[in-house]
Amino acid sequence: MDMLSLQLPGITDEPYYQPVGEEVGLFEAAAARRLPVLLKGPTGCGKTRFVEYMAWKLKRPLVTVACHDDLTTADLLGRYLIVGNETVWMDGPLTAAVRAGAICYLDEIVEARKDTTVVIHPLADSRRVLTVDKRGELLPAPPDFMLVISYNPGYQSILKEIKPSTRQRFVAMEFDYPAPDLEARIVAAEGGVDLDLAKKLVKLGELTRNLKGQGLDEGASTRLLVHAAQIVSAGRTPGEAANAAIARALTDDPDMTETLDDLVRAVF
Amino acid sequence: MSEPSSRKLFEHELEERLDRVLFASPSHRSITRLATGLEPLSRAQQDLVLHWAGVTAQTCAEIGHLIVSSAPKALELLDADGFEAWVLAALDSYDRQGLRPAMESLRKLEAFATERSGAPFARLAEVEGRLTRFVQGLSGRPLAVRCVGSGNAAWTDTDAIFLPELLAAMPDADGNRRLYKATAAHLWAQTRYGTFAADIDATIAPLPDRQQALEWLALLEAVRLDARIAAELPGLAREMAELRGPWPAALVPVLPRLQSPGATVHDSLALLPEFVAAGGVPPWLTLAGTLDPTAARRVRGERIGKETKVLRNALAALKGAGGRKQGGEAALDVAPGDDGALEVRIDGEVVALPPEAQAAAQSLVQDLGELPPEVLSPAGPGGWLPTDKEGPGPDLVGDRAADWRYDEWDYHRSAYRKGWCHVYEMAVAPGDPDYVAEIGNRHRALISQIRRRFEAVRGEDRVLGRQPEGEEIDLDAQVDAHIDRRSGIEPSPRLFCRRIRNERSMAAMFMVDMSGSTKGWVNDAERESLIMLCEAIEALGDDYAIYGFSGWTRTRCDIYRIKAFGDRYDEAVRRRIAGIEAKDYTRMGVAIRHLTKLLAERPVRHKLLVTLSDGRPDDFGDEYRGTYGIEDTRQALQEARRQGVRSYCVTIDRHGADYLKRMYGPAAYTVLDEVGKLPTKIADIYRRLTAN
Repeated sequence: MDMLSLQLPGITDEPYYQPVGEEVGLFEAAAARRLPVLLKGPTGCGKTRFVEYMAWKLKRPLVTVACHDDLTTADLLGRYLIVGNETVWMDGPLTAAVRAGAICYLDEIVEARKDTTVVIHPLADSRRVLTVDKRGELLPAPPDFMLVISYNPGYQSILKEIKPSTRQRFVAMEFDYPAPDLEARIVAAEGGVDLDLAKKLVKLGELTRNLKGQGLDEGASTRLLVHAAQIVSAGRTPGEAANAAIARALTDDPDMTETLDDLVRAVF
Repeated sequence: MSEPSSRKLFEHELEERLDRVLFASPSHRSITRLATGLEPLSRAQQDLVLHWAGVTAQTCAEIGHLIVSSAPKALELLDADGFEAWVLAALDSYDRQGLRPAMESLRKLEAFATERSGAPFARLAEVEGRLTRFVQGLSGRPLAVRCVGSGNAAWTDTDAIFLPELLAAMPDADGNRRLYKATAAHLWAQTRYGTFAADIDATIAPLPDRQQALEWLALLEAVRLDARIAAELPGLAREMAELRGPWPAALVPVLPRLQSPGATVHDSLALLPEFVAAGGVPPWLTLAGTLDPTAARRVRGERIGKETKVLRNALAALKGAGGRKQGGEAALDVAPGDDGALEVRIDGEVVALPPEAQAAAQSLVQDLGELPPEVLSPAGPGGWLPTDKEGPGPDLVGDRAADWRYDEWDYHRSAYRKGWCHVYEMAVAPGDPDYVAEIGNRHRALISQIRRRFEAVRGEDRVLGRQPEGEEIDLDAQVDAHIDRRSGIEPSPRLFCRRIRNERSMAAMFMVDMSGSTKGWVNDAERESLIMLCEAIEALGDDYAIYGFSGWTRTRCDIYRIKAFGDRYDEAVRRRIAGIEAKDYTRMGVAIRHLTKLLAERPVRHKLLVTLSDGRPDDFGDEYRGTYGIEDTRQALQEARRQGVRSYCVTIDRHGADYLKRMYGPAAYTVLDEVGKLPTKIADIYRRLTAN
């Protein structure tokens, strides 16, 4: 029987990452002791970038899976495909990561169906094995394999919660938007703008975060601020950039848009 | 209308019509005079006036009367749209505040007309929402926007900012709207940058003229705060500077001191005696507002006290929790973080503060500049109660305020009546404890049949064959494809099976008519039906709730809780089902709005609102009966739909079909012509509705 396998290239260029606390050291410690890691924090605060950075730093390939509510076990483990008159096994991302000793990052794990998340349980405790039942294969994880999952606790819906049996297997790290000065440095570095403009964008970000729960589900994330900065560095005015990349991205509600416009004008 | 609609109506015809639309008018004798007034108008205008007179007279005859009598003048000043807006504004204030303000609003015809024609002023009412959100964004803590009494300047007590009802200082409306924003921002800056951190009253006490001193101080603070705003919000500062123009000459010499980054309110206070001694009249600056240090200091003090308490209690609770776990007194270490957020460590471990406490800490930083140590020491014995805030305790219906107020749709006006219906929610008084058991015995066979059927529906998985993608290979499809290929036909790419898990993400709300007309058989049938339903849905495991509704006019819309979402189907619920009884009337729109609100909060994918009723919407008095009630109910159902709630109606009314189609749409109701069928049918209806 043939087998198709995913190519897992390593990360060659250092991704930009600005540490905000002890997260790099903690992650390295977890990696050294082969413990899985859970990252929690609001959208766009740097979780994914952090994992990329750590994959580069630990010199391991990275497999990222964006979880969604139709994600089945087969989507993670793999499936038989039909090529000509043959069935061919195709590893799913999780199986591929285990075989290659990569870091497997399941982004927004709560979006996945509950029965799907259970396949990671034997990987996430001392057994460190993956059961690929369709092939009758019990795949022990090599030392370099590491499981990382993330979720955003801010959605506060009872359907979007991680089961205790899942979460209690992980070393958890909490992420949040960085403190203003640090965030400004990140926006300046990532967006290619000067620190002064970056500070203004961060100020705008703070003002929108004040409106969280008052008409906005979430304030502007660091990612949105970086986007705005990038639009500016590509030649648009800060007002235009903030409108397009921040205000319009945050809401469709006309009243809220008006308020965000006011805030944009106040800052620039 | 029988006569051609283009012809103008003559006085006697007008009189006849007015007589009809203003039927309840106390001023019958003046109808002739009114008709005389309307005669010179064009037919279109006459129709317009008669239409709105009719509409408003149904709400209040006085208003209808006044509209007709002011109509000739109104139509000189306003076009048809303007006329309509003028009438609607009056109806709005009638709904909100009653007759007198409505009549006043109608009499302010000229002001209304000037405003309609693009008058140069701006009203607080039109910018209020925008300003509220704006200052919320700026400050990160609640700062209400309120209206100051007429003739007074803007000011703030640090919990709310008070702005004039109308601003006309700028030459155009847009300028005046921006002036509102600038003034609001300036008053926010007073609360944010510590204008009231000093004891202003004590400082100005020795000065001869308190009023004059406060006016100077407001100006000096305007300079200082302007510089603070410019540092953080340059765009806003630019806009404010444009509106204010250059600083008055008297202030120029002190600009450098007040604009330096470290300036505080103490600098303004230090400069104050000099200005007061010079004796000039303080120049007027609209956006500087006035200061009321006494009120502001009191409010600020209360808030600091309250928030200190919240914070200290939260810290005490954390410490207590830590202490129990460690089996001893925990070491608590509190340090303000860079961005004002508090970092709390218990025995070196970072723990999260509850959001209320974090917000209190942020607010204290704004008021005090930093968190002083006494605020950060945990409170003594006494637990942390998140509810240890304000909020009225439980009370009895009758003299208590409504639990909720809802808008109601008035089809005459094609507009909502604001906050029109007063909703009270209460539990049904428990009924006969043996009732449910008795029904259970009577329908034993039916219930066990229902349970079996429903258990079969629960969580069944299906495998879909011949899918383009899926977990497994569909062997049948694969064989077919093989045959196709061998015989030279292009094989189908649909070779996989896909497992569909039947995840029932469903919440159902049952809304039970408890109006007087259900007395007797219908009520019995409703109760029996609910028992069948509960049995069925318990077997399914869906999330469900049961509420009854009844009422007596718009000021007493009662919602009876029988089973809330999350309640177990236990003895208490059974007794409440037994306790359902016929009460008063059927004002349906408001009940739908309230129950939709409860339903919309459920975190499930499918939401279903099922109404059990015995007839059309109705309420005491003529108003809600007939088209009005049907249209309001229809509107409420459409609102529900927009919130993702599907509605269905089961009704016992042989004449029901006509209005039900209008309200629920052609396929969303069942009419039972016989009461006795309800209990046996209801479970099947539910199963059909929720099948996928």
